[in-house]
Amino acid sequence: MGIKIRNLTKRFPPARGETEGLLAVDDVSFAVPEGHLVALLGPSGSGKSTILRAIAGLEIPDAGTIELEGRDVTGVPAHRRGIGFVFQHYALFRHATVRGNIAFGLEVRRWPREAIRGRVAELLDLVQLVGHADRYPAQLSGGQRQRVALARALAPRPSVLLLDEPFGALDAKVRRNLAAQLRQLHDEVRTTTVFVTHDQEEAIEIADEIVVLNRGRVEQTGTAEEIYDGPATRFVASFIGNVNVIEGRVEAGGLRLGPRRVPAPDLAAPPGAGEVVLLVRPEDLAIVAAAEGDAGAAGTLPAEVRGVHYRGDRFEIDLDLGGLPVRAIEPKQVARAAARRAGERVRVRFLRHSVFETPDQHVRIREQMRSLGYME
Amino acid sequence: MLRRRPRGARAARAAGAERSALGLRRAALGYVGLFVALPVAALAARALADGPASLLAALRRPEAFTSLWLTFRLALALIAVNTVMGTLMAWVLVRHPFPGRSLVNALIDLPFAIPTIVTGLMLIVLYGPQGVVGRFLSERGVEIIYAKPGIVLALLFVTFPFVVRAVQPVLMELDRDMEEAAATLGASRWTVFRRVVLPALLPAILTGAALSFSRALGEFGSVIMVAGNIPLRTQTAPVYVYGEIESDNHAGALAVSLVLLLGSLFVLIVLHRLQTLGRRRDG
Repeated sequence: MGIKIRNLTKRFPPARGETEGLLAVDDVSFAVPEGHLVALLGPSGSGKSTILRAIAGLEIPDAGTIELEGRDVTGVPAHRRGIGFVFQHYALFRHATVRGNIAFGLEVRRWPREAIRGRVAELLDLVQLVGHADRYPAQLSGGQRQRVALARALAPRPSVLLLDEPFGALDAKVRRNLAAQLRQLHDEVRTTTVFVTHDQEEAIEIADEIVVLNRGRVEQTGTAEEIYDGPATRFVASFIGNVNVIEGRVEAGGLRLGPRRVPAPDLAAPPGAGEVVLLVRPEDLAIVAAAEGDAGAAGTLPAEVRGVHYRGDRFEIDLDLGGLPVRAIEPKQVARAAARRAGERVRVRFLRHSVFETPDQHVRIREQMRSLGYME
Repeated sequence: MLRRRPRGARAARAAGAERSALGLRRAALGYVGLFVALPVAALAARALADGPASLLAALRRPEAFTSLWLTFRLALALIAVNTVMGTLMAWVLVRHPFPGRSLVNALIDLPFAIPTIVTGLMLIVLYGPQGVVGRFLSERGVEIIYAKPGIVLALLFVTFPFVVRAVQPVLMELDRDMEEAAATLGASRWTVFRRVVLPALLPAILTGAALSFSRALGEFGSVIMVAGNIPLRTQTAPVYVYGEIESDNHAGALAVSLVLLLGSLFVLIVLHRLQTLGRRRDG
């Protein structure tokens, strides 16, 4: 069952002096299968929080429908949706203890006293705050507060758990830790979960599926692997992960990449030859040990090393690809064995890349690139 | 030597800072003592000078006793009205913007700014025998001025801003996330207000209520204009005190004053305790 969002649209009323309001969510549709953990990923202003708040009933959409567990809840107020919500800034009840916070949702649902006591103890255990039941939120650290918020949201056994930038206010280490805990918790509880984040690493680490949003629209939906390795749009490619943008041009008998023309006889007569954009991730830019004319040099391009940067677990290597600055990543051992140094002349090959063209030749060019050996 | 001199200088500086801190403390305490504590103590001392027996005798006079009873009753009733209406007013001002809100916002401070004697006069103009509303009501047997309703109206007017002004800033700062969190947990709007908003506003409401109580106990200027000052019926305690002083009965004036003083003091102490408790929880 899970969550089904159809054609969701939300425009905020114009601020004073403006004629048009902000179109925060623009005809968005996606589904979250039951028991999945899905990330809404996008930059600020992409509409991700608005979508989440609409699912919770905290924001009323202008158009579209929201279905929870097979029930259309579009017009249902927040308190009757049976969801759990975790806010970025915790939103704990300051005047209540940890216990009181977690019990709140059970009390308003009129659970019997004994059942409440048992459930609260269960959740305190789940989020590892057993010794803190009688503390007030002000006496807890940020990470502890967010765990209380999580326990509070989960207490009434919601059918859907929604988290709005849940780790955004925490420092990096606590953040990683809590994100891993959320994943672990989800594996135990299996509540259908949607969480909003602008942190692509967080999304990749813990989500089953990612919905990438930009300017109120869905750019792509898929697993982390599908999105990272096969970005559907240029925005997705550059928002998730690092990428080298190489602008080129298909010409008769060749491909012009930056200032350099690569002979490519198979491209002899591309109808409507035109601009293409190659997006190559740094780890997909392989430096190959081959001299010009070698058999192994087929499908490679000459480049010059401009800088070698130690990054702990890897080396980042700045290259000059016929006048274009690009960056490659090499594992530590590989780079050390090759003794990379600035000024070195090398050849590079694209292990994998995405092609976006200004005219519509996407697939065909990709095939040709592959046949030429520029791409594996 | 060279190494010890700076340390000596530092010690001297520290001692100097200590001395000036002491001086500041003395100045502040002296000021409060001289201008606040001393007059209070003087009144208490004089009231108790002739022993508790004469004090009780002065309070047992029916005029004294009924004036105090009336005053405390009115002040308590005003707490109830101001708590509800003041909170409602603050809620509307903060949460439900309407055209002319800033004008209404300014109006709320008016009772603070207007001399209380003018307040009394305004009420007489409106509700008095010559007033439009006053004549209308009088023809139907309802007397406002020179009767208890007049006192109530005067006290309502002068105490109105306290709760509003105490609650309003707290409400503006209140974290809306908390209310949304409560809603997602299944709380209806009324439950959200009762269980989330109200506890957060409570210290502010209590502060406003306590201040309005103290003000109602002591209000003189507007009340003397509209109360009619009929002993045993419409004479409030401050007005009684004034009358006793005028007729040179200092014992009666002192006894009733002392009770008023203790009433205000009691409320302030309770309020202070409540606020300390609240802070401990937030700390």
